[in-house]
Order: sequence, then structure tokens, then C-alpha cells
Amino acid sequence: MTTEEIIQSGKKVYERPRLLTENITHYCPGCGHGVVHKLVAEVIDELGIEDRTVGVAPVGCAVFAYNYIDVDWIEAAHGRAPAIATAVSRLYPNDVVFTYQGDGDLAAIGTAETIHAANRGENIVIIFINNAIYGMTGGQMAPTTLLGQKTATTPYGRQADLNGFPIKISDILAQLDGTCYVTRQAVFTTAATRKTKAALKKAFQNAMAHKGTSVVEVVSNCPSGWKLSPEKANEWLNEHMLEKYPLGDIKNV
Amino acid sequence: MEEVKLMKGNEAIAHAAIRAGIDGYFGYPITPQSEVLETLEAEMPWRTTGMVVLQAESEVAAINMVYGGAAAGKAVMTSSSSPGISLKQEGISYIAAAELPALIVNVMRGGPGLGTIQPSQADYFQATKGGGHGDYHLIVLSPASVQEMADFVVEGIDLSFKYRTPVMILADGVVGQMMEKVVLPPFRPRRTDEQVREQCPWAAMGKGDRKHRNIVTSLELDPAPMEVNNERLQATYKRIAENEARCKEFYTDDAEYLIVAFGSIARISLKAIEEMREMGIKVGLLRPVTLWPFPTKEIERLSKQVKGILTVELNAGQMIEDVKLAAECKIPVHHFGRMGGIVPNPGEITHAFLSAFPEAKQN
Repeated sequence: MTTEEIIQSGKKVYERPRLLTENITHYCPGCGHGVVHKLVAEVIDELGIEDRTVGVAPVGCAVFAYNYIDVDWIEAAHGRAPAIATAVSRLYPNDVVFTYQGDGDLAAIGTAETIHAANRGENIVIIFINNAIYGMTGGQMAPTTLLGQKTATTPYGRQADLNGFPIKISDILAQLDGTCYVTRQAVFTTAATRKTKAALKKAFQNAMAHKGTSVVEVVSNCPSGWKLSPEKANEWLNEHMLEKYPLGDIKNV
Repeated sequence: MEEVKLMKGNEAIAHAAIRAGIDGYFGYPITPQSEVLETLEAEMPWRTTGMVVLQAESEVAAINMVYGGAAAGKAVMTSSSSPGISLKQEGISYIAAAELPALIVNVMRGGPGLGTIQPSQADYFQATKGGGHGDYHLIVLSPASVQEMADFVVEGIDLSFKYRTPVMILADGVVGQMMEKVVLPPFRPRRTDEQVREQCPWAAMGKGDRKHRNIVTSLELDPAPMEVNNERLQATYKRIAENEARCKEFYTDDAEYLIVAFGSIARISLKAIEEMREMGIKVGLLRPVTLWPFPTKEIERLSKQVKGILTVELNAGQMIEDVKLAAECKIPVHHFGRMGGIVPNPGEITHAFLSAFPEAKQN
């Protein structure tokens, strides 16, 4: 069936997720955030939990996540989202609480909060967008920046002796007894996006079943920060990011 | 009948928190306030009132747990001591900016830096002038007894909800560690989730039947609405300043001189004043109970009556700035302080007073 034939048939095959607000996002063209937001909105709607879901937004590109998904939100200080989610989850045990964090927020400034929330097995979902760069502040090195990768603060490429190594934080989190599900997904192809949605759904279902901490890492892109077109950025992701950050479940209890 | 108990100030904070219907306490051990968390863990209030108690991985995490709980409409608190309170300042600024109720206890130790575990009042500036970034104030309560440690937990959390602003109990290490008689506040139940939803329509606790989503944030990139946000905060602080300044006066009716002191040092100063009164020197005491808002009007009134003021503080001279502003430099205002964890005895205070105002003895 061609696209035109589908249109002419008048059959609705897709609609804007009900919980995605009408606000125009501030994300750059080609950025993975918009796709992940859509998936989160769909999953919350499909699970019927919008009345008891609380999101915790980070500092970074997703700082305005609360403008786009129609649930209650708390905007965290940089890196502190898991601490905030801890309190909300413990004070409202029937709520489904998730954080939405970037690599700098989760794996640099917020490493302590991330590891200890996961180690306590807080009943929360951590959505971790790893695009190996600080997008919001203008493309500086992230903890997950690849060796050799050029950023505003590694203009000659990240060097291990100067800048240390890219951190595989999800692998660390999978070692902790408090995590029930740690997975690494991507949204650079339709197939990958479908898998990411299934992973997000599983993570939210874990929270509904009070199983502990679920971590969904999404290897994403940053066309602006990487200084590549959206298409080239996805190619670069496929060629370079996935070697260091291979996709698939790391832990599934 | 009221039951009188003997306990430390820190323990009284913990017991009062359970009785006040606090929903969550998030803390991290630091001397000299660790008994707050220890007492709560021993009491296991999650089995009785349902109160959540959690030892966080850091003071930074603890204050952000408080921020999260407060954003969700719950009555939440934390406690720490000076170095830990420094770590909490970012979170406190966010809580103030997001207009959330919360109770923070600082049982002060000597600084700067890692300093000492002995008592101090050197965090006066930090507590009353801001502490974190941006234009904001905390309501700062200064307890001078174990009884007030207990009472101020109830008053503090109520004030924080009344004005939707964080409240700090600024205690010195003496008040935290000393044991005294205390009558604990009566039990009052924690609010149900339904009551929270009704009383805190702004709370991010899940939409429930609400049509719109609640967003708790301090971010506003557009300067015009950001200035409006600031003006709203300042209007709240103005109301607080007009209505909540409190102090206690002793021997001020006929006083020719005044000592201004807060916390445990106010009580030691009172002893010195009683000794000086026996010597025929008419000294009075003003003890600020709220350090912010500061009892400016009362000091201004007394500054027209007395010949001089001595502030006695466990620091290098911090509150004296507010006393001087209140007295508007019309009379001499001197400072006597000990630092590094030293607590002066009444004789030292008397000596300091007579050194500052030698003419008082000749009258």
C-alpha cells in the first residue's frame, strides 16, 4: 500500500498521543527527545495511569519536558531528580513516578542521587537520554562523550589522559540489587523506536507492580551539538555510539 | 494531665515531628544533630502515623527529597548542622523559589569549614540573609530551650504552610544537645491524601480528577514574568515581616541598658543580667525569637529608652548588624562574642558589659 492509497482509504493509522500537549517543542530538528516524549505519553495513556503519574524533569535539554506531557511534573535542580522521585514515590506509594534525565544530569552531577536511588530500589522509572553531549549549554563534553569525540570543551577530541573515559552508567546500575530492569534502547530507526516503547512500557509496568527501580537508557542523537544534519547524526550514532553503548537488556529480573 | 519528659533538644525535635503529623523526614547524620534521625529511626513512626523516615545518601539528596515531598503537598522536613546546611542551600533556594512549605532544622556548630562539633551561632548571616542564591528569605525561629525545640516544630511547619515558604529552626548546639524538661505537643493526625489534594491545589501528586496538570518549577526564562514571580515572593516576605516578628523581653521596663541575645546565650545573658541587677545596674534583655523577620520595632523602641546595647553572640558579630540598623546608630551598640565552640559563662558576659559601658557601674 502506498502512502497515497492509505490516505485515500480514510482509515486512521496514527494520531497524536492524547497526553502529548499542543505546545510546540523547543527541541532542535531531528532530536530524539521528541520521539521519546511521544513514547512516554503513549505508554502512560495505554496503561491508564495519567491520574497517578508524576514526572520529574531534569536540568538540560529536557528541562521543559513538563510543557509537553500532560501529567503532574516537578522540575528538579540539576542532577537531583532521583531524590525528588524518591520522596514522591515513598509519600504516595500508589503513584507511578518517573524521572527524565540526560547524561550530564544523571551520570555527572547527579551520579550519587542516581546510584543511591537505584540501590535503595526506589519504585521509580528512570528514563536516561544518552546523546554524549551537553546540548542545552552549547555542546560541551558529557560523561558519556566518546573518546575522540569533539565537543565545545574537547575541541580536539576527548582524550582519556585529559578527560577520562566515557562512563557506562547503566552497566553500573545493573550491578545494584535495587534495580529490577536495566535496558539500553535507541530511537534512530522505526524498529528501534518500537523496541524503546516496549521497554518503557515494561518499566512503567514494573513501577505499577512495585518491583523496584527500572532504568531505560535511550542512546540518542544531538544534531546541533554534533554539528551534523539529522540524517547524518543518526548515521554517526549507528556507526560510533552503539559500539560503546550496545543496545539490549542489561538486566531483567 | 501533661506528661513531663526529660530529653535532649534533638530528641524533642524528633518526637514533636511525629506528633505534629509530619509526613516525611529526610536526613543525613552529622554531629551535633544526629539524634534527630536516630530517634526517628528508633521510634519507627511509619508503623504508627505512617510518617516516612529516610536516611539519604547526602545532605544534598535529603533537601531534594524535601523539595519533592513538599512539591507533592506533603508536610516534610530535614535537619542537619552547619556544614550540612551549606550543602542544602541550593535546594533551599529552589524550595523558596517554588513557594513550597518545608521545615529545615540547623543545629549549629562552629565553623568555617569543617570547624568543630561544639556549639556556635555563626550561621546567623546564612540563615537570615539568604544562604542560597537569589532574593529570598526563610522564616527563622530561634529556640532557647528543649521545650521550644518541640514547640517550634509544630509552629514552624504551620507557618511554612501558611505562607508557602520554607521555615528554619536555627538552634545552637547547646539547645540541641542539652537535656531539659519538655511537654511534647499533642498528637494530631497526618493529613489524608484527599485533604492534601483539597488544601494544596497546586501540589504535583498525580492529577487525580483534576483537568489540568500541576507543574512545580522555579524556572522562568522570560524576564517579565520572572520579575512578577520575584514581586510575588517579596509581597509574601512583606506580609511575614509585618505579622510574624517575635521577641521576648526581660527586665526592660526600667532598663537603662540592653543586652540582645538569641538562643542558649540569651539564657546565659539573663543570668548575667540578674547578677548585674544585684549590683544595681539596670540592664534588660531582648531575646529575638524570630531572627527573620527581626524584631526591629521593639529594638527601635528600646533604643529610645536605653543608653547602650550589647549584643552577645556565639560568633564574631553577626546579629549586631540588625540591631544597629534597628537602633539607627542613635546609641552605642557593642558586641561580645566567643567563637570556635566556646560558650561564655555569665561572669564573662558581665565583664564584657562593664568593659563596653564602664559608666554603668558608676551611676
